[in-house]
Amino acid sequence: MNKNTIGILSLFVLIFGFTWYSNENFVNGYNMTNLVKWSSLYAIMGIGVAFVIITGGIDLSIGSVIGLVASLLALAIKYEWNPTLTVVLLLGLSIVIGLMHGLLITKVKLQPFVVTLCGLLFYRGISRWLTDNQTMQFPGTENLDSFFSGKLLIFGKFALSSPFFFLVVVAIIAAFFLNRTIWGRYLLALGNNEDGARYSGIQTDRLKIAAYVICSFLAGVSGLLFAYELDSVQPAQTGEFYELYAIAAAVLGGCSLRGGQGAIFGVIIAAAVIRLLRNSINLVGISTHLEFSIIGLVILGGVTADELIKRIVAKRRSKQISTSKS
Amino acid sequence: MPKEPPLLEASSIGKQFPGVRALHNVNLTLFQGEILSLVGENGAGKSTMMKLLAGIHLPDDGAIKLNGDLVEITNVREAQKYGIALIHQELNLSDNLDIAANIFLGNEPHKNGVMDHNRIHRESAQFLKRVGLEFPTDTLVADLTIGHQQLVEISKALSVDARIIIMDEPTSSLSQKESKKLFEVIRGLKSQGISIIYISHRLGEVIDLSDRVSVLRDGENAGELVGDEITHDAMVKLMVGRDLSQFYNRTVTALGEKIFEVKGLRTPPYPDNEISFSVRSGEILGIAGLVGAGRTELLQTIFGITPAVGGSMKLNGKELMPKSSLEAIDSGIVLAPEDRKRHGLILEMNVRENTSLARLSRDQKVGIIDFNNEYELAEKTIKELKIKTPHSSQVVQYLSGGNQQKVVLGKWLSMNPSLLLLDEPTRGIDIGSKQEIYKLMEELAASGVAVIFVSSEMEEVLGMADRVLVMHEGAVTGDLSREQLNEEAVMQLATGNKAAA
Repeated sequence: MNKNTIGILSLFVLIFGFTWYSNENFVNGYNMTNLVKWSSLYAIMGIGVAFVIITGGIDLSIGSVIGLVASLLALAIKYEWNPTLTVVLLLGLSIVIGLMHGLLITKVKLQPFVVTLCGLLFYRGISRWLTDNQTMQFPGTENLDSFFSGKLLIFGKFALSSPFFFLVVVAIIAAFFLNRTIWGRYLLALGNNEDGARYSGIQTDRLKIAAYVICSFLAGVSGLLFAYELDSVQPAQTGEFYELYAIAAAVLGGCSLRGGQGAIFGVIIAAAVIRLLRNSINLVGISTHLEFSIIGLVILGGVTADELIKRIVAKRRSKQISTSKS
Repeated sequence: MPKEPPLLEASSIGKQFPGVRALHNVNLTLFQGEILSLVGENGAGKSTMMKLLAGIHLPDDGAIKLNGDLVEITNVREAQKYGIALIHQELNLSDNLDIAANIFLGNEPHKNGVMDHNRIHRESAQFLKRVGLEFPTDTLVADLTIGHQQLVEISKALSVDARIIIMDEPTSSLSQKESKKLFEVIRGLKSQGISIIYISHRLGEVIDLSDRVSVLRDGENAGELVGDEITHDAMVKLMVGRDLSQFYNRTVTALGEKIFEVKGLRTPPYPDNEISFSVRSGEILGIAGLVGAGRTELLQTIFGITPAVGGSMKLNGKELMPKSSLEAIDSGIVLAPEDRKRHGLILEMNVRENTSLARLSRDQKVGIIDFNNEYELAEKTIKELKIKTPHSSQVVQYLSGGNQQKVVLGKWLSMNPSLLLLDEPTRGIDIGSKQEIYKLMEELAASGVAVIFVSSEMEEVLGMADRVLVMHEGAVTGDLSREQLNEEAVMQLATGNKAAA
């Protein structure tokens, strides 16, 4: 486990302890079930965007992709499409979206910020247009219900829900991909130094495209999970701002926006910290109007501390080396 | 020699960078109206020393005195205040602005923030006159040749009343005519009482121009030459610390058959020039030329980074024309690039990850990295190339230049290349590592690898190459065998003077 992950884990324990101390109800089964569930949802998005951030890019369209997938799912169910087929098609659509982002960024050489900002606007508009901007009740589909929003009772009122199991699978695959495969190594290399990677024979464009595909695909998965979880879809709002939570989780979890750095476990804990903060603000009795400000401050504090520690370590290391040389 | 106290006196200067001792106990004096040349091999510490004087870096040890007063030059502005101006090898002009705007950039005369255009142009014209540049002051800098841009830089230094002008390799991309013009200007400045510190690899120029020469070697003073003592041999001896014949101890092996052949190759930056040459087994081919002669571009085209627009290449009897570096690597061509930090290494990754980066795709099973294999490869590379690193998990940015270059070479040698391209292989490297890299080049050539290296260091080209291609503005202007090789011949060809060869 790297230093950053230890830091973010301590932050989590600290806030957890403080909230528990302030309000005993915090640890009741119902609240914990929700905390784990929502943290998992954030973490899945966070892992997706982490891949993009590792390449030095950004994806602002996540929330709108979630909204689009959720809206289309609700529409399809309304028109009685085959639910399983619909789910497969929607995941296919999110892959196509990622592919388009990747191609525009690598082949047309547009900036990731611009491409995905346009995506953010475009997909949101399409969602509202297709649904007439009507809130849609989500009747659910028997066989997929338990898959996407099932619960497994552990003890008392504490249950693990589908998003958690999705996260476990996604996290294991993502961590394995990033740390054990050549493509993960290539991603980190190109994020650190794209030219250097290219000069070593790495096909950097393909890898970058893959990162955007992974990100949009996981946004698609999150869209399905959110739709089944919320039981209703508001085309104008579902998923709104979620890209910012995802990016915040990735950054707080140790991904540098300069690229080349990232740890899956860190992103998961950071997602949990952000979710925990929202929960904690409620329970501790701070005005919920301050919610965004507090989340913003904590993230800022976290990355500042991380940067300062890194600088001290680098200084000490370079000093050690030069004294050992002369 | 002037008898008055020195204008500038730097004593016991020391400077450390992560992993490198750039300067140690260096002394330097400069008198008014003197042209002092600073020479030394790449990595000897010349540029670092000048950056300390210009306020870009701060010294760790030592003292700098100006006119006998102790000063601390903490930033560029302060250096300016003390009358010290540094003209970089890569000029720092804004192409989109005109001459006058560039001269006064950052020092615009103004009233309440409104620029005084008349004064800017009027005064610029006077500075241009002093350097003999006859252009209207509203000419865009982008429309000037590099030689003329350099004169604008000098005018800029004059505009802030510089008393000491430092020039870092000013002629590295100039034609002979432009260089001559520059020397006239420099002598003119000297007669106006301005002191010049001149850095160059061109020892011929140094002899012509200097009142005094100070030699640096491996970050320390290696000696000083005055007047008649300034000769080519004397400087080289101080630069490399021994006789040249011992330093470049090239054992020429018998040449085998042609293994790499280029016919009519046209590179994207110079699509009209056809380049043809061949390399034989056991041969080390040097490519000489000025900065911007198209040498790096040629290597990048052979390596597939900027694919050729025409021509053909043959390696070991097989036709090839790589469209990407991956294709080149797969057919046995590797490149240790000029800009090690940007192109050669992933600086924030460790020695192990850097050495395995190219090989991973060969050693993988269904994409999974074999960590044991990777570790062994790294340990083997560290041992064979004598890379000085505490362990294979050391991040490469903390290694010295020489060891970084060895990591780059290690990465490529593990691929068993047929053709090794080296672009400025010893830039910024200490003398010990240099010799090891030369030895490695010889061993590889002897084992049948075709070695092509680009170098701006004359001594290196003369010392290491079996044969030298000289390039000028994208074209090959000469192909010199070992017998025909000498500095004069290379320089003539490099500056486009075909007739002389």
